[in-house]
This record gives sequence, structure tokens and C-alpha cells, in this order.
Amino acid sequence: MTPEEWTAVRLSLLVATTATLASLPLGIAVAWLLARGRFWGKSLVDTLVHLPLIMPPVVTGYLLLLTFGRRTPVGAFLADELGIVFSFRWTGAALACAVMGFPLLVRAVRLSIEAVDARLEAAAGTLGANPLWVFATVTLPLSLPGVIAGAILCFAKAMGEFGATITFVSNIPGETQTLPSLIYTLTQVPGGDAGALRLTLISIALSMLALLGSELLARRIGARRTAVA
Amino acid sequence: MSLDVDVDHVREHFRLTARFSSAPGLTALFGRSGSGKSTLVDIIGGLVRPTRGRVKIDGQVLVDTERGVFVPKHRRRVGYVFQDSRLFPHLSVRNNLLYGRWFARPDGGASGDLASVVKLLDIGPLLDRRPDSLSGGEKQRVAIGRALLAHPRLLLMDEPLASLDEARRAEILPYIERLRDDAGVPVVYVSHSVAEVARLATTVVILTEGKVTAVGPVLDILPLADTGDAGGVLDATVARHDEAFQLTVLASVAGELQVPRLAAPVGAPVRAYIRARDVMISLRPPEEISALNVLVGRIASVTPSSSGAQADVRLDCNGATLMARVTAKSVQRLALAPGRPVFAVIKSVSFERS
Repeated sequence: MTPEEWTAVRLSLLVATTATLASLPLGIAVAWLLARGRFWGKSLVDTLVHLPLIMPPVVTGYLLLLTFGRRTPVGAFLADELGIVFSFRWTGAALACAVMGFPLLVRAVRLSIEAVDARLEAAAGTLGANPLWVFATVTLPLSLPGVIAGAILCFAKAMGEFGATITFVSNIPGETQTLPSLIYTLTQVPGGDAGALRLTLISIALSMLALLGSELLARRIGARRTAVA
Repeated sequence: MSLDVDVDHVREHFRLTARFSSAPGLTALFGRSGSGKSTLVDIIGGLVRPTRGRVKIDGQVLVDTERGVFVPKHRRRVGYVFQDSRLFPHLSVRNNLLYGRWFARPDGGASGDLASVVKLLDIGPLLDRRPDSLSGGEKQRVAIGRALLAHPRLLLMDEPLASLDEARRAEILPYIERLRDDAGVPVVYVSHSVAEVARLATTVVILTEGKVTAVGPVLDILPLADTGDAGGVLDATVARHDEAFQLTVLASVAGELQVPRLAAPVGAPVRAYIRARDVMISLRPPEEISALNVLVGRIASVTPSSSGAQADVRLDCNGATLMARVTAKSVQRLALAPGRPVFAVIKSVSFERS
């Protein structure tokens, strides 16, 4: 493999891991709200969360550019006040991947939270646990398999994200050129076929590893639960 | 401890109106299924918000719809033992028991550390097991322990034995008695079983179609319950054992009773539940009959059943209330009427021991 290809693989792993870890807390919170909350505008939130799943990725990327671009109010504020710059940086690629993977994460977590017996949560309440503690000690542990599945889905989506990323942060080697972007570039240049094939195989291997890892993790959680409980 | 309830709750096609105060000990909410018992404990426990009304414990307002007060369930310190245990499947029995202690303030309320609760309920060998490996009876004992260890000021039990078979029920009843007598936590106990209520209750609240129809000490109230399996409750003590015939003699205000040999020691208090259908009435002292128990009493009231074929006769036996179910024909033939002195004949096998 060429150094350029290594860089793209490393960058993709960094971007996907960052996107997954960063969106996990918010994703769990939103999933809980959608599963258990009763509030005005719930279906609106539901729709907003799912938008990136049904919109063309390029549209999502362009909307991100319009919102977080260096010269937009939000982008300028983040850059000047907090020192966070998204446009044409790897952080922007992570943001794009997080947005694209978010609906998958929320869906999986929401389903597993809905499967948790609400009567157990009520019982925890009568034992003195406030709603936050009930969530942390009953709901979350019981829906952990769903959380892992959601995180893996989000990670896999982030590894393969192309349209929104390239629209938002372009295709800059070493900064925003992730694995799919490099494959795309290689298919556009003469003699790039071999490199594209190598990266395709790596991409397949990484996806399978992620799936395998989630299986192992889920099994270990099940085993630990049996052993401890 | 005092619990004051005065609530109205309206659901579709159902209206619950309840107003009662309960004394220390075990208060039984008694009534047929659909009479609103479970809704009432859900309101006390904070799982259901009543349409209107007030709930107070020791003067502290838990619910007051007029003043907009609703203390959430996790701040009520009201323990709840559910019919279906609701143990946490991801925690061991030990961690289920200790769950409430993370949040409990150990001031007031039921006291007791893990060791004493484990001893009270005999659940030591279960501590390292997981809930789904327990039997129904074991689950309920763990659920009771878990509720106790959260130091509740009041313990609600919603038909805790309903999902168990007869043998498992008999296994748990003594623990609930110990809870009532030793743990010092007042209990509100929902049941539709006369036998359970007769055995456990200090006070009875009878609910009929969403309304409280009677409140008072179990000895006075239970004979009034419209259960189809009516009876009277007698508090007695073990006077002596008759080893030759495997009998135990009980002393009560109504007189001596002979029952099959009990395991209780002499002097132990027991409560006998005597079903109305196991009581015959005679105008003269019966002689040469197989029944061992004949009590002297006076008829307090005669209530015909809804079909008119039978009547429930309420007897006053030196202050204790007994019920006898007889046919309408017998009522006429013996001219049974209030004030008439009679003899109540009871088969010695018809006792619920306490």
C-alpha cells in the first residue's frame, strides 16, 4: 500500500470513531426522548432525526456547508469563540459522518429502549430512584445490546460516508480524504485501479471486523450479566 | 403512622371514590377484581395521578389536586410489592435487594440492614442467584425484601400471592405475618381472598365497584363482606393440645373450639376463619352429633341472599361475630329472627389457622 492509502485508512478510522463516540450520548438521549417522552413536537423531532436518512447525502452536505461554513454566522462563532473549525478539516468530515449515522444510531437505541419493560422502571421509581437514575441503572443496562448495535451501525455508516463528506469538506489528502473519497479519486485517474481494489478489500475487511467486534461485545455483555446476576 | 386517603379517579367507564384512614398494622383493601383496589394503591404509591383528591401520610401531603401538589413516586418513600415481583433481570438477588439503599435516607421508616431482612425472609441462599432462576415464591420474598430495604414509611402489597399456587402461598404467608409483627412498617395489602385477609389484616377496607363500603377492624368488618364465601373471624389463643386425638383446643371469647392439631405452642395467638357454609344453627343444644364445636349465641341479623333461596345469619357469640349460611326454608322452619338465642354447630375441620 502507498503512504497515501495508509493515510486515508487512518483518517477514516479516526473520523468514524470520533463521529460514533461524539454522537452516542446525544443519540441515546434523543432515543430515550422518542421512546419514553411525551411532549409537543415529538413527531417533528422524529422527522428531523430521520431527515439525513432520506435526503440525498449531497443535500445534507450542502446544508452543513451553509450552516457551518467558515463565513456563516454559526461557523464564524464556533471558530472565533471556541476555536472549532469544521470546514475543510477532518473534524468537518466527522461532523458529516455523525449527522449521516445519527438516524441509524437513534433507531436502534430507541427500539431497544422501547423493549425495556416500563413496569421495571416504575418499580425502580418506588425504590427511590429519580428518572435519571432509573435510566442509568435500569433502562440503559437493559438496552445495552441495542446501544452497541446502534453504535456499530453508526460506525459502519461513517466508514462508508461519501456524498455529504465530499460536499461539506471536499477531498483534501491528509485532511479530509477518507477511504471512500480516495477510492473515488483513484477510479478517476489512469492506473488507479489496483489501489482502488486494495482499498475496497480493506474497506470490506474493516466492515466485517466491526460486525464481528459487536457480536463479541454483545456476547460478553450477555455472559457478564449471567455471571454477575 | 397514619394514612389518609380521599380521592376520586375517573377512567373510561369506571369511577373510583375512596375515602378512608388507616391505622398501624396491616390494612387490607378487599374487594372483587375490578373493584378499584389496584388503582387505589397505584394512587397511594404515585404510579397514578388521581382526578381529584388528597393523600396524606403522617400529615405530609403526597397528593392534593386542589393545591397542585403531586410528590413523585421516588420521593414518597412508599414501598411497593407488585403482583409480578418486577425484580431487575440484570442484577443479582443481592443487588436487587440493595437497589433502594442507594437512594434511601435511613431516617425513620422501616429499619433493618441486609442481614436482618435476609433473615426475616429466609433468602440467604438466594443472594448470588439471578432472578430468572428463582421460583415464584422466592421472587416474591426477594421483592418484599427489596421494598423493605428502601426504608419505606409505608409498604404497599398488590395481591403479592395472586400469581402463586396454594403451596407457595402457604409458604409466604408466615413471612408477611412476621413483616406485620416484627418489621414495624405499616402495610396496605390488596387482596380478593377472604382467607388471606382474615389471616393477615388488622383493618379492612372493603371496596365495591369503586366505592368504599366499609372500613374497620377485621373482626367486625369481614362478616359484612359480600364475597360469596362469607364467614366470621375469631381471635383465639392455644389453650392446650389433645395429643390422643391430634386436636388443639383454642380459647376465644365465644367459647372453646377444637381444631386439628396445630403446630403453635400453648398460649400462641391464632386467628380462626369460620366459613358461613360450615356453620349450622340449632335451637336446642345438639346432642350426639359428630361436630365437636357448639357455641352459644344470639341472632344479630338475617340477610336473605339475592336469589332468596338462602340467607346469611349473623350471630353474636359473646361479642364475637359468626356467620351461618342456611336455606330460606330453615329460616322459616326455625323462625330465625334477630334476638333469638341459638346454638352454632361448627365442624372442627373448618378453620383457617393464623
